[in-house]
Amino acid sequence: MNLLPFLCAGWLFLVGCYALATSRNLIHAVGALAVCQSSTYVLLLAVGYRSGGTAPVFSDVPPGARPVVDPVVQALTLTDVVVGATVTALLLALVVQIAKRHGTVDPDELRELRG
Amino acid sequence: MTAERILPLLVAVPLLGAALLVGAGRWLPRYTADVFGLFVSGGTGALAVAQLVGVRGATGPVEWVAGWRPEGGSGVGIVLVGDGAGLGLAALISALVTAALVYSRRFFDEPPPGQAGAFPALLLLFQAGMCGFVLTGDLFNAFVFFELMGVIAYALTGYRVEEARAVQGALTFGFVNSLGGYATLLGIGLLYARTGELGFAQIGAALDAAAGGGDALVTTGFALVATGLLVKAAAVPFHFWLPDAHSVAPTPVCMLLSGVMVELGVYGIARLYWATFAGPGGVPAADAHRVLLVQGVLTAVLGAVMCWQQRHLKRLLAFSTIAHTGLFLTALSALTPEAATGVGVYLVAHAGVKAALFGCVGVLLDRFGSVDERELHGRGRELRFVGVLFAVGGLALAGLPPFGTALGKALCEEAAGPGATVLFVAVSAVTGAAVLRTAAGVFLGAGEPPAGPPHFPRAAARGPRTEHRSAATGGRGAGESGTSDEHDTAPGPEQEGEPETTGSGEEPETAGPVTRAPDSMLVATTALLAGGLAVGCVPALWPHLAHAADGLSDHSAYIAAVFGSPETPPASTAPNWKVSGVLLDLLATLLALVLARTAPRITAGTRRAAWARPLRRLHSGHVGDYVACTVAGMALLGLLLR
Repeated sequence: MNLLPFLCAGWLFLVGCYALATSRNLIHAVGALAVCQSSTYVLLLAVGYRSGGTAPVFSDVPPGARPVVDPVVQALTLTDVVVGATVTALLLALVVQIAKRHGTVDPDELRELRG
Repeated sequence: MTAERILPLLVAVPLLGAALLVGAGRWLPRYTADVFGLFVSGGTGALAVAQLVGVRGATGPVEWVAGWRPEGGSGVGIVLVGDGAGLGLAALISALVTAALVYSRRFFDEPPPGQAGAFPALLLLFQAGMCGFVLTGDLFNAFVFFELMGVIAYALTGYRVEEARAVQGALTFGFVNSLGGYATLLGIGLLYARTGELGFAQIGAALDAAAGGGDALVTTGFALVATGLLVKAAAVPFHFWLPDAHSVAPTPVCMLLSGVMVELGVYGIARLYWATFAGPGGVPAADAHRVLLVQGVLTAVLGAVMCWQQRHLKRLLAFSTIAHTGLFLTALSALTPEAATGVGVYLVAHAGVKAALFGCVGVLLDRFGSVDERELHGRGRELRFVGVLFAVGGLALAGLPPFGTALGKALCEEAAGPGATVLFVAVSAVTGAAVLRTAAGVFLGAGEPPAGPPHFPRAAARGPRTEHRSAATGGRGAGESGTSDEHDTAPGPEQEGEPETTGSGEEPETAGPVTRAPDSMLVATTALLAGGLAVGCVPALWPHLAHAADGLSDHSAYIAAVFGSPETPPASTAPNWKVSGVLLDLLATLLALVLARTAPRITAGTRRAAWARPLRRLHSGHVGDYVACTVAGMALLGLLLR
């Protein structure tokens, strides 16, 4: 088993969290959240990978003729992409409203909800 | 139509209703849209209750969607499990959504032009997401429903997009919850890698079948999945989004967030542990106990301390929700069926009481354009009925028998041991006292009036509605509208550098100030409080709650039920009042009254407790800080699980 994809997924999640925590721009922060999410894509696809496997499409070959990668994780990843698109779109819409209402997209300058 | 076939309808009906409302909202008058929304949410609730009647323990209906049953022990089908806990929560969710719809009858008198159905449609979508989350027996689907209810909740929190605070609170909520969701998904990926299964029961069965018991990978998977659920449950230090979201969300949305969505995180943890990890191949009970106990105690104490410090009423109630979630987690850490029963009773009663308290605050907001304790001082005298409701809600929160909260608290104390009992009495007394203190100040004018002038002239709190509307339609530049909002953003002179959120300058949620509390609001609030009372007074409910808890906390029965060979559940003992529990409840209520009585002298004027200041500073409203705390919380979780 190759450990690299799992380390890569962990790295992506952590680096995304770091970017989120230190972000000075909310649009950048939404991007950082997307980086965190891409760690889940990497992990899921790595979990389902088989050495020498091809795409799980059986239009031209009978099932069992060759190794294929796990189609379940691909379905999960696709669902995940859709979820991510929804979240990103909504957060960006909120950032637009923040820019209009507060006149800034720097999280350091949003100081209303405290204590 | 068999019982199994009804299960998907509990998710599909609200989804379909929301789609119809959005599609036809353009042509519908407001009244029709509201009645249709009520019909759909109430009908879903009726379906859930009808299913619930025949359920005993884990032997409810189980539906493999589209007939994709597992063959030879494995499969890719998606399963919905209508056991007592799932269906019961679906019924609770539907009841609260219905109450919120009734409550919001007079809200938002000017919905977005041409979209009368937007708000009810969002509430129905929220209901669909939550019902899906409680009914699914599939971990990945639980993630999808988790994100669905999350996204709808962010949208509902920021529903009044023209308000500066609302969008900020919604954004914080969105970032922290989505991050938690992705941690959950990473955990699901690891568990799938180990077992090749995605269902709660299927993963549990596969883990139990593997030799050797749980290892680091399984534990990491549990920690990651639990992270997302703890974020939803607002356990410390994942809780920062909750007070910010509650401070800004419209009142009916607060009812749903505090009443049931946060508690679904607690349910998720219980379901995840018992269905999947309670077997020999999962997480040792000692580890799970340690995690839940530490998280629960931290959450309860911090919630109670911060609750006492607040002057923004919605924020005060939000921290009281955090404190109570901490109590739920603490009780759950006993990991016994009795503890689950206690948490179930407490949770259902708390939902009614907390939603009713938010309902009272909503009336104040619409009458006076403020939810600030000091600014409202003595002004609530005219709203006598609301005052009574609010005070009774505070007493119920402290644990006054015969409210369901008191019964639930007594059961939890009994299940969790003497150490936890001290915590339960102290925390419920403090949160109840904070509400009672406010009730005395606002509705009776007790204590000293606030020192100095209010931060903002009353007119500023009353006026800005039209201003905002023109800002919305007139398309003014960002900088310009930023200055027009300055009365909202500038800190008052006395609180320069003081980390706190005032509740003044809030926009009422009705078109104009209401002269008296609208009937729809009062009816919904009273009904919710009566619901909280009924949980403690109607013995017919107790066996159902006990069955639901027994089913939830039985590892093998759940797996057997999902795989189609339900076991006959052992007879469970229905909870009942005990003298010791009643005495402890009365003690907590008495403590709350004493605390509330002495409170005006403590908090009058501007002096605040200095020792709590670092804690208040921690709640900085900064997304980056909250994310950093979430990551620290994940590390804490890892340390506790080892």
